[in-house]
Amino acid sequence: MSKRTVQFKIYRYDPDRDEKPYMQDISVDLEPSDKKLLDALVRLKVKDDSTSFRRSCREGVCGSDAMNINGKNGLACLTDVDSLPQPIVLRPLPGLPVIRDLIVDMTQFFKQYNSIKPYLVNDNPPPERERLQSPEEREELNGLYECILCACCSTSCPSFWWNPDKFVGPAGLLAAYRFIADTRDEATNERLDNLEDPYRLFRCHTIMNCVDVCPKSLNPTRAIGKIKDMMVRRAV
Amino acid sequence: MVKRIVVGAHYGLRDWIGQRVTAIVMALYSVYFGICALMLPEMSYEAWSGMFAGGFMRFFSFLFFMSLFYHAWVGVRDIFMDYIQPVGIRLTLHVIVMFLLIGYAGWAAQILWRL
Repeated sequence: MSKRTVQFKIYRYDPDRDEKPYMQDISVDLEPSDKKLLDALVRLKVKDDSTSFRRSCREGVCGSDAMNINGKNGLACLTDVDSLPQPIVLRPLPGLPVIRDLIVDMTQFFKQYNSIKPYLVNDNPPPERERLQSPEEREELNGLYECILCACCSTSCPSFWWNPDKFVGPAGLLAAYRFIADTRDEATNERLDNLEDPYRLFRCHTIMNCVDVCPKSLNPTRAIGKIKDMMVRRAV
Repeated sequence: MVKRIVVGAHYGLRDWIGQRVTAIVMALYSVYFGICALMLPEMSYEAWSGMFAGGFMRFFSFLFFMSLFYHAWVGVRDIFMDYIQPVGIRLTLHVIVMFLLIGYAGWAAQILWRL
């Protein structure tokens, strides 16, 4: 079998050594078993171990290896390397501060996630067994709880780029609706109050970049629409 | 003063609904206006001002302009919120745009009832 070679153009920046970021051209020979972009990156790391990126589970569950691949955010471990036009241009997730190479500082992203209280609020004493839901009530949580917080969506959202400190962002709002929709949660009103704000929720102008990039095929825009829907039903 | 990020103004829903309702009003008016203009017997000043002579057309036209200005206010404010970060400049721009739109509303009324 002929050798496969991939050409990379990678964003490099080490604040301790580089004055400013630059794009590095580098090529890597792949083995037949290398299927995903992450496999190629691991090969590249062997060749030049100063290249830095996050990775962990390598199967689209942990959300560590989110990056901007040929201009579109995605997970390296879920992207077929053969499907990508070359040179493969890799950049860190846009809009977040770069720590080094493809590694970004996700503090702001998680701050927004924490601000929506991503846990059940229920002050009633827990029943003997679990708090029950009907199959229909449980159904509503599908497409919401699967989010792995990779930040692909929020960092592809212009509203999040301009106001990352004030706009919750698609990932945070998807999680917000996950708890608003949960019948076991009792803080629905407080949650809606918390989001009724020109910045926190209403920066979303439904351009749906988030839906376009989500590696888990989730739909934050629909969840945001449902939050707005609930606010309207509460107010009218 | 310590600079802390403050959010939680508790508005936005009214403007969001308002923008959608005004869009519907403008869409309906555009169709109505198009039909009325096409049904004019001739393109002359008399026919044109005659079209606006009826009370309904005047009211609907004024409603259209009010919708347009409210719609524009929400949209322009959104643009300022995204792109103009210094609060002082943003507030100044908000005030200028608000007065401008109120002025336009008065002007629209004056034109409509003068025709």
